[in-house]
Amino acid sequence: MKLIDRLYREAPLATRNEITPKLGFLLTVLLAMVWLIPFLWMIVATLRPASDGINLMADLMPSLKPTLDNVRDAWEIGDFPRYTLNTTIICAGILLVQFVTITLAGFAFARLKFAGKTPIFYLFLMQLMLVPVLLIVPNLSLVAQLGLYDTLTGVMMPFFASAFGTFLMRQAFEAIPTELEDAALIDGASLLQRIRHIYVPLSMPSFSAFAIISVTSHWNDFLWPLMVINSPDKRPLTVGLSVFTKTAEGTQAWGTIAAGTLMVIGPLLVTFLIFQKRFISSFVTSGIK
Amino acid sequence: MSLAEPAALPVATSAAPRWHVLKRFTGSVKASLPAYLLLLPSLVFLALFTYGAMGRVFIDALYQRATPKAPVSFVGLDNISAVLADPAFTGAVVNNLIYAIGTTVPSIALALLFALALARTHAVSSALRAALFLPVLIPMVAASALFMFIFLPNVGLLDYYIGRLLPVLPNWLGDPDVALYAIMVITIWKNAGYYMLFFLAGLQAVPEDVMEAAHLDGAGPYQRLRHIILPELKPTFLFVIVIATLNAVTQVDHVFVMTQGGPSNSTNLVLFYIYQQAVEHYDIGKASAATLLTLAALMGLTALSFRTMANREGGS
Repeated sequence: MKLIDRLYREAPLATRNEITPKLGFLLTVLLAMVWLIPFLWMIVATLRPASDGINLMADLMPSLKPTLDNVRDAWEIGDFPRYTLNTTIICAGILLVQFVTITLAGFAFARLKFAGKTPIFYLFLMQLMLVPVLLIVPNLSLVAQLGLYDTLTGVMMPFFASAFGTFLMRQAFEAIPTELEDAALIDGASLLQRIRHIYVPLSMPSFSAFAIISVTSHWNDFLWPLMVINSPDKRPLTVGLSVFTKTAEGTQAWGTIAAGTLMVIGPLLVTFLIFQKRFISSFVTSGIK
Repeated sequence: MSLAEPAALPVATSAAPRWHVLKRFTGSVKASLPAYLLLLPSLVFLALFTYGAMGRVFIDALYQRATPKAPVSFVGLDNISAVLADPAFTGAVVNNLIYAIGTTVPSIALALLFALALARTHAVSSALRAALFLPVLIPMVAASALFMFIFLPNVGLLDYYIGRLLPVLPNWLGDPDVALYAIMVITIWKNAGYYMLFFLAGLQAVPEDVMEAAHLDGAGPYQRLRHIILPELKPTFLFVIVIATLNAVTQVDHVFVMTQGGPSNSTNLVLFYIYQQAVEHYDIGKASAATLLTLAALMGLTALSFRTMANREGGS
C-alpha cells in the first residue's frame, strides 16, 4: 500500500486518500500480469527440454535445464527465413508505393484548389469504412485476372492507396507555412520539386508514424495473403506460422510451436520496446488502419 | 483514360447555348489538372480495389453457375435469397452478433479501466501500458498459436492451473457451447490495449479546472467519473465502438487457425462463411451475396454512428 501511495503522491490533495482509484490500479496491475502470461508461457516453453514431458508443458516455472532444441526444431521444420523475407518484401513494397501515393494525394488536398475537391475527398473518406479485408472475394478475382495470383505483388496491390495515410499527410502539409513554398516558387521550383524538397523533409514525423502503422498492420495480415498465395515458398510469416502450427500440433510439439511463435513475434516485440513512445503515439493517430 | 473525363462528362451533354458555362468548366478543369494528376495514382487503386470491387460484388451477386463448369447466368436475387435461407449463414450472423457484443463490451470496459488507472504518467504506469499493449502488436495467427495451447484439454495452461479448482472441465475449443466464448477471450485480450490508447488520449481532453472544481466541491471518484469524465469521453466511446464493431467482423483470423468455424459451426463467423463459399465451394455468387449483405449492414451502422456523432456535436 505504501508503494501505491508513492505513485499517487502527485495526485490532487483532495483525492489522495480515496480508495477506489487505488483499487482500480491494483486490479489493472493484476490484469496486466494476466495479460503477460501467454508471452511468459511462450518463452518458458521454448526453453523447456523435451524430457520434461507433456505434463509439465504448461508449467510457468522455467526449467532448470534450459535448451535451444525447440528453436532448432522450429527453424528446421518451418522455412522462417524465407517467410520473413517474403513478409519484409510485402511490407516494404506496400510502404514504398504508399509513400508516393499518399504524398501526392495529401499535397493535392492540403494545398491545391480543384473542381470536385469535396466529392473526391469523400471517395477517400469512404475507403476507411470499406475495409479491404471485406472485399477479398472480388479483389481475388481481379488479382487473378491481372495475372497476379500467387505473386507477392498481388498481395501488395490492394493496399497501394491509403486513405488514412492521405489524411495524415494532408494534415502534416497543412501545418507547413506557405512562406517557405513561396520562396521556392520565386526561385522557379516546380510543383514536384517543392513537394520533394520542402514538404517531404518537413513531414518526417508523420511519415514515420504512418510507416509504423502500415508495417505492423501488413506484417500481421493473414486472410488476404492466405487467399492469394499458393506456393509454399511465397508464404508470408503469418501464413507460414499457421501451416507450421498445424504440422507441429499433430505431433503435440508445443515447445516447437512456442519457439516458432517466438521467432515470428520476437522482432516486432523488440522493435516496439525500443521505440515504445513512437509506436504508441502512432497507434493513437491511427484509429482505423 | 483521360484525367478530366469524369468531370467533363456532364458538360459534354449540355447544349451549345450553355457555351459560357462549358468554357468556365473547362477553364476550372484546366486549373485543376495538376491536382488531378497528383490524385491519379491513389484514385486508380481506389477505383480498382475499393469501388470497382464493390461494383463487382454487386454484379457477381446477381449471377450463378448451374453446374461448376457451366457458364454464369443471370439469376437476379436468387443468390441473396439462397444465402438468407442458408442455416450456415444465419447461424454465422447470430454467432457474429454474439461475438460482436461479447467482445466489444468487455474490451471497451477493460480499456476504460486501464486508461483511468494508468492516466497518470510515471515509470510504473508506462510499463503497465506497454504490457497491456503488447498483444495489439502481434499477428492474430501468433496469438492463436499461443491460445491453442492455453485451451488444450488436460495438459493446457488453463486446465493445468484451474483444473484443481473445477471438478469438471469443458473442452474449451471442442465444446460447441463454449468454443465461441473461448474465441472471444482471445479478441478481448488482443484488443483491450488498443482501445485503451484512445481512452488515454480522450482523458487528456478532460479540463483540469473542471476536475479541480469537482475536487473542491467534494465529488467522490464515482461522481467525477459519472458526471465529468464519461460525458467528456462520449466521442471517444463512439469512435471506439465503431472500430471494435469493424474488428468484430473483419479480425477473425483465429477462427481460421483454431476452429475452422467448428465444432458444428458454433464459431462460424460471417467472414469465414464468405471465405468458405468462395474458396472451398467455389461459389462466387453466394460469396458475393454474403459480402453484399455484410457491407450493407456495416455501412448502415457507420452512417448511423456518424449521424449520432453529428447530432451530438450540433446539439452541444
